Amino acid sequence: MQYSLGPILYFWPKHQVEEFYQQAMQSSAEILYLGETVCSKRRELKTKDWLSLACELAGKGKQIVLSTMALLEAPSEVKTLKTYCDNGDILIEANDVGAIQFLHENNKPFVAGAAINCYSQHSLQRLLKLGMQRWVMPVELSRDWLQKILCGCEELGIRNQFEVEVLSYGYLPLAYSARCFTARSENRPKDQCDLCCIRYPNGRQTRSQEGQELFVLNGIQTQSGQCYNLVNDLPGMQGLVDVARLSPLSVDTLNWLERFRANERGENPQRVERDCNGYWHNIAGMSLAT
Amino acid sequence: MELLCPAGSMPALKKAVAEGADAVYIGLKDDTNARHFAGLNFAGDKLLKAADYLHQHGKKLHIAINTFAHPDGWRRWQYAVDTAVDNGADTLILADLAVLDYASNKYPELDVHLSVQASATNTAAIQFYQQHFNVSRVVLPRVLSIHQVKQLARQTSVELEVFAYGSLCIMAEGRCYLSSYMTGESPNTAGACSPASFVRCQETAQGLESRLNDVLIDRYQPHENAGYPTLCKGRFDVEGTVYHALEEPTSLNTLELLPELMQCGISAVKIEGRQRSPAYVEQVTRIWRQAIDACARDSSNFSSQPAWNQGLEAVSEGRQTSLGAYHRKWQ
Repeated sequence: MQYSLGPILYFWPKHQVEEFYQQAMQSSAEILYLGETVCSKRRELKTKDWLSLACELAGKGKQIVLSTMALLEAPSEVKTLKTYCDNGDILIEANDVGAIQFLHENNKPFVAGAAINCYSQHSLQRLLKLGMQRWVMPVELSRDWLQKILCGCEELGIRNQFEVEVLSYGYLPLAYSARCFTARSENRPKDQCDLCCIRYPNGRQTRSQEGQELFVLNGIQTQSGQCYNLVNDLPGMQGLVDVARLSPLSVDTLNWLERFRANERGENPQRVERDCNGYWHNIAGMSLAT
Repeated sequence: MELLCPAGSMPALKKAVAEGADAVYIGLKDDTNARHFAGLNFAGDKLLKAADYLHQHGKKLHIAINTFAHPDGWRRWQYAVDTAVDNGADTLILADLAVLDYASNKYPELDVHLSVQASATNTAAIQFYQQHFNVSRVVLPRVLSIHQVKQLARQTSVELEVFAYGSLCIMAEGRCYLSSYMTGESPNTAGACSPASFVRCQETAQGLESRLNDVLIDRYQPHENAGYPTLCKGRFDVEGTVYHALEEPTSLNTLELLPELMQCGISAVKIEGRQRSPAYVEQVTRIWRQAIDACARDSSNFSSQPAWNQGLEAVSEGRQTSLGAYHRKWQ
């Protein structure tokens, strides 16, 4: 199993981002994803900063991937996307088909991110033709669903043409909206958001009126209310999953990476009673199968 | 500008035609469409009758096959495309890359519209679907401001269709998994959001409680209108403040934007609600027909009539309407 650190989904100050990647370079992760995927107003690191950070980290033993925005609306956002897709050598994670369009035009390979709707071997086959080399499964899919897709890929003769990555730790991106829910939670309109996301380094927890954790507000993104954690499901990933992704919450996520590695064959199970893993088990995502 | 109306049944379809729809969109009776509800949709004889009825009246039939094919169900999606074509659909509304690929290869002459479930919100994404699958029209997700809709209309050669009225989906369609997070079933995987089989309403000492898969979505006091527990429209607690953290129960109504939509060349306005009653389809189609005709006659003096808005509010979620994301302040 290889491990990746996903892009930071929250809005952190620049120095914190840089510190995180310095530590991440010392970690055992094989793949690092960088870049802003949620909101174009988050510019602690600007386009050129992300590109130069990516270049700086590349060639030092880890695969560096630039991850792109999931919801693109304004022409300026499309222009930024094109700048990333036109870069020389850094691999791109496409989180919108707009990125696939640019990368295909440039004849560049890509990672199809979890926000690309791909639910069957036939869609995968289409993405392969366009240049996909790694597929990050949509977060709502299960082990059963993955197994069926990969059986289908065997039949189509494409099983060995791409890697499979599964988001295995962190709060799941579940929805994208025009509305900024963090700004709304502070009673601010989006256009005067005061970049308030920076005050919530892990988003804002939203509970039911009975205190049940339901969602995390992260700007225009709505995340799972509980941390998704497949650490104890790693043995069942053998033969199906090539890369397990951990979504960074803080530097502590690097400790989780080691816990994952230590439990690959089930030898060091972890206590996860506050987390969820339902999607992997083909039940409601918020559930925890033990 | 085409008025495109929903129908979940033959009576609804006939009402749409009677009140002036230019085209009607329907789904087949299985999980290949995003309104896969019991007692809804068309199959067999009824499908053929629907197509005949529309064509006899000079109207068009659009069939939505807009969920994502399952790994062990590919034949069902292929069959849906074949069935729709064989029964005389004028247009297919598709979202899945594989289904788009199948339809555009097997039926190169077929008119294909990109479903809102494909979530194409920008010029690059629109180009992708035009170039690879020859889609003639894109249905825009309800996440764009009117300014952004106009920009897209200027920058693309494809026809654009927008949602005009109906239930307000506040997330980029096709990219919302909140429903499966709570219930295991989502629009993409099961063709339904906040499925009715998970809904429970109960009178308690604290008020009427509505739940989805046992999660408390909202609690109503006696003077409040209780609504369907759509999970993004409940009242939740954000660090001590209880409010509609995502959105209130409300419907989208863009009547007042009609002159702008017409002026920027939007090809069609879509009414949401294949799951709604024939009476809803009748009421909404009638009002929108009147509004479009009035606007086409004299767009500079067009104003949205109070009677129209009252008529629409009467059939709206929470009896209130919103401009949604079209209006920048909503965002």
